[in-house]
Amino acid sequence: MSAKANARLIAMAAAARRHRRLQAWLPWIVIFGTFGLWELVVHVFGIVPFILPAPSDIMEAAVKWWKPLLDDSLQTLFTTLVGFGLAVVAGLVLGVAIGSSTLIYKGLYPLLIAFNSIPKVAVVPVLIVWFGIGVWPAIITAFLISFFPILVNVATGIATVEPELRDVLRALGARPIDIIRKVGLPRAMPYFFASLKIAITVAFVGSIIAESVAPNAGIGRLMMVASSRFDVPLVFAGLITTGLMGIMLYWVAEWIERRTTGWATRSTEGSNFTPGG
Amino acid sequence: MSRAFVEIDNVAMRYGGVEGTLALEGCSMNVAEGEFVAVVGPSGCGKSTLMRLVSGLWPATDGNVVVAGREVDEPLSLVGMAFQNPTLLPWRRILDNVMLPLEVVPAHRARLRRERVAYEQKALDLLKLVGLEGFGAKYPYQLSGGMQQRTSLCRALIHEPPLLMLDEPFSALDVFTREDLWDVLQQVWMARKPTVILVTHDLREAAYLADRVLVMSSRPGRIIAERKVPFPRPRTMETTFLPEFTALVADLRAYIAAARRGEEVV
Repeated sequence: MSAKANARLIAMAAAARRHRRLQAWLPWIVIFGTFGLWELVVHVFGIVPFILPAPSDIMEAAVKWWKPLLDDSLQTLFTTLVGFGLAVVAGLVLGVAIGSSTLIYKGLYPLLIAFNSIPKVAVVPVLIVWFGIGVWPAIITAFLISFFPILVNVATGIATVEPELRDVLRALGARPIDIIRKVGLPRAMPYFFASLKIAITVAFVGSIIAESVAPNAGIGRLMMVASSRFDVPLVFAGLITTGLMGIMLYWVAEWIERRTTGWATRSTEGSNFTPGG
Repeated sequence: MSRAFVEIDNVAMRYGGVEGTLALEGCSMNVAEGEFVAVVGPSGCGKSTLMRLVSGLWPATDGNVVVAGREVDEPLSLVGMAFQNPTLLPWRRILDNVMLPLEVVPAHRARLRRERVAYEQKALDLLKLVGLEGFGAKYPYQLSGGMQQRTSLCRALIHEPPLLMLDEPFSALDVFTREDLWDVLQQVWMARKPTVILVTHDLREAAYLADRVLVMSSRPGRIIAERKVPFPRPRTMETTFLPEFTALVADLRAYIAAARRGEEVV
């Protein structure tokens, strides 16, 4: 290879490395940039903490109230994860049922859509009547809100098995359960994980709604109490903590996704392509 | 010729109820055991419908389909199928894709766990036969379209089906890859002698591969002409340059042209 070609290859590799490095740093630059800008705006325009606290005020409140903040976060994390876990199980089971049977799909879908359209905040008082104030309303609200995206995605993955592949298997004497096990379920996994990333973040919303309506424990209650004392920086500290927990669980879901269904995304890299007939 | 392995007698197929589309009507054909038959016809003539009837995926509206001496009234569980799309499972390695039928066919699934090694060897031999030696551990996306179609062919063959149904298996490939795969298919057929029904648009492909070519009319489809293909095997690219080969292809083309105009031919 000529020296020129070599130099070009080295330059291209360096450019690719720079690009990857930028990609890794960009989220942090954006986050810290946002907070920096926020701090600046608050100081320049002299906004009082009661309206919009500066990040430094929020930080101060978070340090001051670290103990209740931590306890309530863990409480919320707990109810969210339990509700989310139930949603995963129910979403998978019902998703498989709906995706593999047109009859079940036609029968159940209108009811499920109607149910999903109900604002969950309106359900919480009913849950409190049924279960009392405690962890259950939060768990069930988290479940209700995160269950639907999982169900829809799993059902889609199962229902969209290629008819030809179905024919190949049926012509071999495969029973419907074989087709679901060998093709439907693995095929639905990328859809399933995509839905997990949505479901885990909305599960937090569910928990916190319930905690705000029935202030018993959790980050929702902490924010309700703080706002009733006009401690706006602490309210914001609660919001940011929730956001952090959301990101963390999103990362966990993404990590599992990469580990288990790499085949669904790997083809876009194209680096392993083998030419030839 | 030995007894008919596949007998299709006066079969009709109508979709979507009494007023629906009539895809096949008065369609009759026989295929002997170990014979390689190609079915050609104008597009939309019901060739693929015919395949699904023979493999028992769909019930015929009228008439009889008998395979291996038995009336077909449910999926046969002994048919190997390949389509225009390779339809491989992207989450399985090539070897595991090829072995999928063994996990499904009742006779094999019971023995698969105990005799895994022997079965794997069989799959590897098959991959070697179609020119995919050393690709067993790759994923489908790492292979070209032609290689994926070879894999699909292996998957159709792994359980040694007595009947192989190929629905335009090569029509999505470029001409050179396609001709390579003709030879692969011919080799496989000569080695194992399954009964093959190949549905295709490509008249050269039909003439190259089949013992007998059947021509279908336009919808509602039925068999309107039949030509024996006399060339000795193995056929090669040289065969396709013979005047007799060209004449056969021209004849077939004339039949199809007539069928598209809706004329009768004998």
